[in-house]
Amino acid sequence: MQLIERTAAELRALMAQGEVNAVQITEAFLQAIRAREPQVQAFLHVDESDALAQATAIDQKRKHGWQLGPLAGIPVAIKDVLCTKGQVTTCGSRILENFVPPYDAHVITRLREADAVLIGKTNMDEFAMGSSTENSAFKTTRNPWDLERIPGGSSGGSAAAVAACEAPLAVGSDTGGSIRQPASLCGIVGMKPTYGRVSRFGLVAFASSLDQIGPFSHDVTDCALLLEVIAGHDKRDSTSVYRPVPPYSRTVNTPVKPLTIGLPREFFDEGLDPEVNACVQEALKVYRGLGANIKEVSLPHSRYAVAVYYIVATAEASSNLARYDGVHYGYRAPDFDSMIHMYSRSRGLGFGKEVKRRIMLGTYALSSGYYDAYYLKALKVRRLIKEDFDRAFAECDVLMGPTSPTPAFRVGEKAENPLAMYLSDIYTISCNLAGIAGISIPCGFTKAGLPVGLQILAGPFEEEKLLRVARMHEAQTDWHLRRPRL
Amino acid sequence: MALTGDQVRWVAHLARLELTEEEFQLFTGQLTRIVDFIDQLQQLNTEGVEPLAHALPIHNVFRPDEPAPSLSVDEALANAPARKGDFYSVPAVLD
Repeated sequence: MQLIERTAAELRALMAQGEVNAVQITEAFLQAIRAREPQVQAFLHVDESDALAQATAIDQKRKHGWQLGPLAGIPVAIKDVLCTKGQVTTCGSRILENFVPPYDAHVITRLREADAVLIGKTNMDEFAMGSSTENSAFKTTRNPWDLERIPGGSSGGSAAAVAACEAPLAVGSDTGGSIRQPASLCGIVGMKPTYGRVSRFGLVAFASSLDQIGPFSHDVTDCALLLEVIAGHDKRDSTSVYRPVPPYSRTVNTPVKPLTIGLPREFFDEGLDPEVNACVQEALKVYRGLGANIKEVSLPHSRYAVAVYYIVATAEASSNLARYDGVHYGYRAPDFDSMIHMYSRSRGLGFGKEVKRRIMLGTYALSSGYYDAYYLKALKVRRLIKEDFDRAFAECDVLMGPTSPTPAFRVGEKAENPLAMYLSDIYTISCNLAGIAGISIPCGFTKAGLPVGLQILAGPFEEEKLLRVARMHEAQTDWHLRRPRL
Repeated sequence: MALTGDQVRWVAHLARLELTEEEFQLFTGQLTRIVDFIDQLQQLNTEGVEPLAHALPIHNVFRPDEPAPSLSVDEALANAPARKGDFYSVPAVLD
């Protein structure tokens, strides 16, 4: 196996044994980036000399026998939605094309403290709005398993970077499935932690009651390792929760026994691709073979989740994105007649179509005369969706189903039909509305060679159980060892 | 429910978005279809259901009001599209 195909845990062991150092590892991944980026286009910015300087510093620390962080010398790719001090952070948008943050996001601080090598910023749908990464203002990332297809989104760059072995780990954000769906379509592991588990300080806001930061990796062990580093309280995000962070990477190999798995019947409805369903059924067989008790449950209000999401998320977005006014930072249009015209022209020219569509929808849902019918109604249904999960978790440890109803679709296939694009997140959205934890793990391939993901959901702050359950499947299968030919 | 052109223009105004004629046409059709889709919520009886704004059972979070260092003026203004001295520069609001 080539160095770049290794997991973070394996690279860490190789470094500890003195087989390889951080500079060699970083050079190997930079070389992979140079070779593969013309095809994959996962990254927006890579600063080679900065990455090598970070690696050199870590090798020096090791040489002097200093204490090293848990991710010492491991390259990590960062979705360009997270602020990095002194390095351009675009959020995939023209409006932030030249924005250089004056501070690091909390997650970035954590990664630096863990001695990770921040190798580059990855492509994304503009302001994390999309399911294919085609809404990026800068480039279209390709699925490493089939370059004619999308990698999923909105964290498509982060998912593609890991799948293409351009980085062993990546960080993304998930507002309605933006980590789990691209992980599924790219054949890797991706987790959305419980709302409040990871600080959102320095995350460019999309929908603040739904956004959560989480890890991408080749396998579940690496997911545990990265989550352990980024999780935990931060006083700068008042929704990040005071709760100890369990040592996920130490318990991940302990199976959950007894294990009761709930299958929400709504996740296996019409619209589910038969090949995707077949792979999920195979995964369930694995759990049955391990003695799990599997039963059907119902989340009766989940059919309303997409509608609720496109009110709540767009309402919050219309408010959050009001800050792009051409005054404090970001793009300002060159010609205007007045202050108001400066706002509207800067925003009209700076934002892409999907962002404008969502700001319009959210503004409409919050506007006088429509607030009760849309926004307030959606918040009420949101409670019903959450209560469905509460009932299901009262009788099950975890819930399982497909992450995405179909494998990766073709570039351009849904670009002209926003509603069809929205429906590709039908199984992932309710998890964000309920604020619970979810993971996607690889569970097979279609006949055409496209990866399929299994989604596992657990109750609030049950990441430890979620990882252990995910690892049970992984220990019996080899889907996580597959790498695309590039 | 079809969105009228006037509604779409009003919403664009509220959102401070200058749209091209092509975008205006495109969005009027697309937003109508999306609003039709989300109108399915009206079928559901939610009488007596408390709205849920976010999933955590925390509400107000307080901390001591202690002075701490913040960004310098130069750092805060570094990304400003226009600056005059120690201030953001904007077009005149009043004549």
